[in-house]
Amino acid sequence: MTGEREVVITSSADVVAVRQLVRSVAIEVGLSLVDQTKIVTAASELARNALVYAGGGDVRILVVENGHRRGLKLIVTDDGPGIPDLELALTDGWTTGNGLGLGLSGSRRLVDEFDLLSGPGKGTTVTVTKWAR
Amino acid sequence: MQRVPVLKLGDVLIVSIQIDLEDQSVLALQEDLADAVVDHGARGVIIDITAVEIVDSFIGRMLATIAGMCRMLDAQTVVVGMRPAVAITLVELGLSLGGVRTALNLEKGVALLDHIRSATP
Ligand SMILES: Nc1ncnc2c1ncn2[C@@H]1O[C@H](COP(=O)(O)OP(=O)(O)OP(=O)(O)O)[C@@H](O)[C@H]1O
Ligand SMILES: [Mg+2]
Repeated sequence: MTGEREVVITSSADVVAVRQLVRSVAIEVGLSLVDQTKIVTAASELARNALVYAGGGDVRILVVENGHRRGLKLIVTDDGPGIPDLELALTDGWTTGNGLGLGLSGSRRLVDEFDLLSGPGKGTTVTVTKWAR
Repeated sequence: MQRVPVLKLGDVLIVSIQIDLEDQSVLALQEDLADAVVDHGARGVIIDITAVEIVDSFIGRMLATIAGMCRMLDAQTVVVGMRPAVAITLVELGLSLGGVRTALNLEKGVALLDHIRSATP
C-alpha cells in the first residue's frame, strides 16, 4: 500500500508502463476519475520529457499522507543536459523541440504541488503531488 | 510496437483506438492513415477514442495533425467518443484542439460527416 514503485525509462514503451502504474496507484489512493486522468497525463508528459531530452530517466511513484488525506507523489529524474531557464521552460508554448511546449506548464496546472529542479549539466528532477479530495 | 488498424467503410475510414498508445504507434498511425486516405480516395475519417483513457500533448498533437493532413488530402476528420475526464484534462493542459471536429459517439460522427459533405459538394 505504501512503499515506493519505480519505472526506469529507456523507451516509449516505458512511458506507457509509467501511465499504467500511476493509474493503478491513483485508484488505490482514492483519486477521483478526473484526478486520476490528470495525474496520469502529467506523468506521461514528464516521463516523455526525460526520454526525449535526456535519453531516459527514472520515475518513482509514492503514496503520501497528510493528516487524513492521501495523495500520490511522482518524482521524475534524469541525468540529461538540464534546463538553463526554468521560468522560460514553464511558459506555455515554449519548446526547443518540435512539441507544443505544454508538457511542463500544462503538468503544473494538472497537479496540486509542482517542483522543478534543474540547471545546465545538473540533470532535471520534477516532483509533483496530487491529493485525494 | 502495436499498430492501430484502419478500417474502410464505403468512402469513410474508421480508426478505433483500443490500445494504450505509445509514441511509435501514434506516428505509425499518422502515416498509415495518410496512405489509406490516398489509396482509397476516402472523403471522411472517423477516429474513435472511446477506449482512450488519456490524451496528452503528443496524442493531442496527433489528432490535430491527422485532421490537418486529411483536410489537405480532401477528407474530413471527426474524433468521436472523448471521455469527459479526458476533455477536462485536455483543456487544463492547454490543448483546445481548435481545428479538430468532434462528436459524442460514432453514430453522431457519421451524421456529422454526412452533413459536412452535403454542405460542401
Ligand atoms: N527533462 C528535461 N531535460 C532537459 N530539458 C527539458 C526537460 N524537460 C523539458 N525540457 C525543456 O523544456 C522545454 C519545454 O518542455 P515542455 O514539456 O513544456 O514542452 P515540449 O516537450 O517542448 O513540448 P510538448 O511537451 O508540449 O510536446 C523543452 O522543449 C525542453 O527544452
Ligand atoms: Mg514535453
